[in-house]
Amino acid sequence: MLAFSFNDTLLVATVLFSIGLAGVLVRRNMVFMLMSLDIMLNAAALVFVGAGARWHDATGQVMFVLILALAAVETAVGLAIIVCLHARGRPTLDADTGNLLRG
Amino acid sequence: MAEILLPLLVLCPLAASLVVFISAGRMGARAIGTVACAGVGISAVLSIILSVMLLSGPVAGGLQVTLWPWMRVAGLSADIAFTLDRISMVMVLVVTIVGLLIHVYAAGYMRDDPGIARFFGCMTLFVAAMLVLVLASDLLCLFIGWEGVGLCSYLLIGFWYDDPANTSAARKAFYMTRMGDVALLCGLLLLACATGSLRIGSVLASVADGRLPASGVNVAAAFILVGALAKSAQIPFQAWLPDAMAGPTPTSALIHAATMVTAGVYLIARVHDLFAMAAPVMALTAVLGALTLLMGACTALVQSDLKRILAWSTISQLGYMFLALGCGVWQAALFHLMTHAFFKALLFLTAGAVIMRAGHEQDIFRLGGLRRAMPGLTAAFVAGASALAGLPLVTAGFYSKEMILSGVWHVHFGLAREWTLSGHPLWGIALLGAFLTALYIFRCVFIVFCGKAGTRAAGRTSRLMGIPLVCLSVLSLFGGVIEMPDTLPSLHLFSALLDPGTPLSHADEPVWLVLAGALAPLAGLGVAWVLWGRPSPVMREIPGQAGVIRPARTGRGMDVLYDRVFVQPFRLLAWLTRLDIPGHAITGTGRLTRAASAGILGVRAGLLDMLAMRATGTARWAGHLPGLFQNGRVRWYAAWIAGGLCAGLAMAVLS
Amino acid sequence: MNPLPVLVLLPIMGGGLAWGAGRMWPRASPSMRDASWWVVLATLVVETLVLAMATFSHRAHAGPWPGHFAMPWIPAMGIAVRLDMDGLSLSLIWLSLILCFLCVLLATRQATAHAGAFRFLFLATLTGVIGTFLATDLFVFFFFWELMLVPMAGLIAAWGHEDRQRAAMKFFMFTQGSGLVMLLSILGLVITHYRQTGVLTFDYFTLAHTSLSPTGAMLLMLGFFIAFAVKLPVVPVHVWLPDAHTQAPTAASVLLAGILLKTGGYGMIRFNVMLFPDAAARFAPIAMGLGVAGILYGAWLSSAQDDVKRLIAYSSISHMGFVLLGIFAGSRMGMLGAVMQMLAHGLGTAALFLIAGAIQDRLHTRDMHRIGGLWAAMPRLSSAGLFFAMAALGMPGLGNFTGEFLVLLATWRISPLLATLAATGLVLAAIYALRMVNRIFLAAPQADTRPVTDLPSWQMAVFACVMAFLVLLGLYPQPFMIFSAPLPLPATAMAGPGGTTP
Repeated sequence: MLAFSFNDTLLVATVLFSIGLAGVLVRRNMVFMLMSLDIMLNAAALVFVGAGARWHDATGQVMFVLILALAAVETAVGLAIIVCLHARGRPTLDADTGNLLRG
Repeated sequence: MAEILLPLLVLCPLAASLVVFISAGRMGARAIGTVACAGVGISAVLSIILSVMLLSGPVAGGLQVTLWPWMRVAGLSADIAFTLDRISMVMVLVVTIVGLLIHVYAAGYMRDDPGIARFFGCMTLFVAAMLVLVLASDLLCLFIGWEGVGLCSYLLIGFWYDDPANTSAARKAFYMTRMGDVALLCGLLLLACATGSLRIGSVLASVADGRLPASGVNVAAAFILVGALAKSAQIPFQAWLPDAMAGPTPTSALIHAATMVTAGVYLIARVHDLFAMAAPVMALTAVLGALTLLMGACTALVQSDLKRILAWSTISQLGYMFLALGCGVWQAALFHLMTHAFFKALLFLTAGAVIMRAGHEQDIFRLGGLRRAMPGLTAAFVAGASALAGLPLVTAGFYSKEMILSGVWHVHFGLAREWTLSGHPLWGIALLGAFLTALYIFRCVFIVFCGKAGTRAAGRTSRLMGIPLVCLSVLSLFGGVIEMPDTLPSLHLFSALLDPGTPLSHADEPVWLVLAGALAPLAGLGVAWVLWGRPSPVMREIPGQAGVIRPARTGRGMDVLYDRVFVQPFRLLAWLTRLDIPGHAITGTGRLTRAASAGILGVRAGLLDMLAMRATGTARWAGHLPGLFQNGRVRWYAAWIAGGLCAGLAMAVLS
Repeated sequence: MNPLPVLVLLPIMGGGLAWGAGRMWPRASPSMRDASWWVVLATLVVETLVLAMATFSHRAHAGPWPGHFAMPWIPAMGIAVRLDMDGLSLSLIWLSLILCFLCVLLATRQATAHAGAFRFLFLATLTGVIGTFLATDLFVFFFFWELMLVPMAGLIAAWGHEDRQRAAMKFFMFTQGSGLVMLLSILGLVITHYRQTGVLTFDYFTLAHTSLSPTGAMLLMLGFFIAFAVKLPVVPVHVWLPDAHTQAPTAASVLLAGILLKTGGYGMIRFNVMLFPDAAARFAPIAMGLGVAGILYGAWLSSAQDDVKRLIAYSSISHMGFVLLGIFAGSRMGMLGAVMQMLAHGLGTAALFLIAGAIQDRLHTRDMHRIGGLWAAMPRLSSAGLFFAMAALGMPGLGNFTGEFLVLLATWRISPLLATLAATGLVLAAIYALRMVNRIFLAAPQADTRPVTDLPSWQMAVFACVMAFLVLLGLYPQPFMIFSAPLPLPATAMAGPGGTTP
């Protein structure tokens, strides 16, 4: 079995996190922002799993499942918000259009 | 007794002034005239009573009343206090008695003027201020009166304010006398700084003790001299007095002949001890006085306005008084002040009556032959003119002028090491001035009263106006016998009155001095008769002035003499006075000030406005800058959060 | 009951009541005496009674001066509400009250809209002024100094004339900016004292005994001086004054010229000269030079004006130059002369502004070329105007001459040249005063003047009272000089309730 050291895991997680962060900041489409957000969550979860493997603790994998559920819920809510906005007459996926307080 | 009477002397005209001002428009002209004359009349009576009290008391000192402490701080103590000693007694009598006569005259003269309340309010206020000036025993209290008379003079010159020429003449008078006042104030500051008090007695005592350095004495005396010169319209401040004739004639008589313009003479006589220690200033005074008397006489000779002739004559006679002061014979100056008040007031009042009856005609060449229409006024004017000229023995003016001339002859000014200025050239100028005085005033007499009739004269002079003229004529003719020169029966009442300590007689005085002084006015009278008095007069005007009226009577030697000796210098002097250099200097300074002020205002407005605009613009722009951070974009906020978090973590980890 | 805090707080409370009364009972034309006017009058009467009580009753208390009040406020920072009253502050408060009465009686026509708010701001300014004159805790002094500023700026900006926004902005920026410099000085002084003694206090009497290095003292004094110099005003930083005086409504002009300028003089006496005597003595030549420059510059520019109120404003700069000269002349004579000049100038210039306001109400113009010949139509107003113009030019026998003579004498002891230059300002004063009198009252009337009504008798009686007071100041000033002399600081430091030792 190819054993990944903890450091490598952290490195991969960092890279994934940066990709996700860059995606959130750079992309204007709200669906893509949600996807990048999911990538960030998954990167954090990866750190948990790697830590669990490092210290031989099953809590890491438990945290992964928790985070997975959290990501799912959050994506669902986010998409629901987008659908609501569409329904209320703002049919746009552009994140920058919400810059006036009148919403 | 004196403590009540002395303040009452000042309070009566002041109260009359307040009554007249407050009830303006509600009292009739007669009532106003009565109130004003009553105020001054009570003052006159009180002054006579107080004079008797003073003369019957001890010789030295005087009647002193301290009313209240005015300013007492460390370094200065000034009180409102009045002193009646012999010098101020003479002045008080002159001011109140001549003032009363002029007020009575004015009650008739101004009867029909709608502003009579304002007129009498200002006139009585003037009398009150003049009395404060004369009676003050503190130089600062004197300064109150000094400026007060300047204020009243301003109000009265510009009395008929509808004509802008009158108001600008009033302003010119005020500005020029204000410059002198500031100089006087500087002199007072110097004296107060050195002696700590401005009481006249203590100031003179400190000066005599030598507490002031010699330069300080000279500078203080010079400042006081400048103040007196401005108030008395001497060179270089003479330009305001002829223009001041724009006021009503009683004003000209009271203020610009008898009293205010003599305030300078009085002040210098008061502090004559200070001046006696400042020899250069005395020399300067004498020289300026001599120049002024000559210039005034020459200019009066070429005037054609009746009141202007009298104005220039006043300037010239004041020059005599300053000459006397500069030569140290201040008693002569005061004597001449007194007689001058009599005859100049008489001349002005008579001129006013003449002008009024001739339909407000002031040009002497349009009046003429009036002696048939107004015999009484002619007599009064001739009496005044004789006194002014100083016709020997019968007029008061002769005695006062004689006293001045003898005083001038005997003086010696030690100026620098070998340089002494003897009094003889000044005496010569004074004698020439006497000749010219007789010449110009009898020119005026002959042109106005003799010869062919000019303007028609109407009406008659009321008794209210006539009685003061009679009184003044008597005083002008007989008021001088109390002081006679030594060659005649020696009667030195006046100088003995003023200063019993120093007798003024000169035992070594040559007799021909008096004779010369007697002959000069007679010579002037004679020349005037020849030129203007004969039925077919030699000339109507000075040839230089009129241009081409040179009579073809070249046979008469007098024409040639007149032309050679008089015309050319007169042209020069008349031209010089018409130049009016100080007047143009003032106007030019005023214009320069206005132009510079407008320029500075423009620069300041432009510069500061630009700075203010820039400052607000910058503030607004700088306010916008943080606004850019609040753009509502979620990604922007998220980016900043992430960046901040990274920076915070870096700081925490790396430090 | 201690009268001092009542003196400070009563005007603003009265003003609040007046505002409320103005909203509840508005009149159609507020120039009639409406409810808020009566409230203001009542407030002023009660204030005068309290002030009389403060003047004449003597209570035993812990302060060094005749009046004293102290209450802790922020003990952690050494700040207490501390009010002290000596003759100088008392006489200036009397002057403020007299001027407020004059405004209320004579200058009510111009607040046409929102009269209640106008009167509230007016009384709020009075509160700030009285607080400034009484405060001896430096923080409280600064608080009231800034409090004076805001209602006045509001008065100018809302009820002023054609260019009021710019004038109010200039006034606000200049005074506020210089006030900030003074705040730095105050903080500097407090911190220096703390470093020396370990006691953090803002108390004036305690801070006076701080020992400062010469440079430090000079810097701190300059910080105070800049604030007071803008207020007095001193010539380079006088720029706000002509616009503010010209554009303000009459009552605000009277307050501004009569009182607010005097707070600058008061501050210079109380803080510059008495807190930092050595630094003030070293700065004196510059200050006296600025004073003479102010006298001459103000008079010179005044002679060139065509707007009546602007002319009077520049003449105020000239008169305040005498005050600056007297304060820094270094002798008691100069100080007394400066105080007398402040009192006399406050009365005289306020009266001139009231007259200018009366003319503007009737003729709707301030341009002197368009006013003319008022003597025939309004003899009472014209004679009052002539009297106060004579006071402004320094006629002996009136109050201004007393102050000016004492200042000139004090200056002569130090430098005869400066005194002579200052005296020539008197000639310039004559020029602008007579120019104004001539143009407005004596020159030919313009063709299109509508018929104007003269002052009613009761208003003339009020002016006559002011005239009598000026004559009293001129001829019998001795009691006033003794009464309003500033008291020296006590020799030992007083322990006030505000000092704390952390």
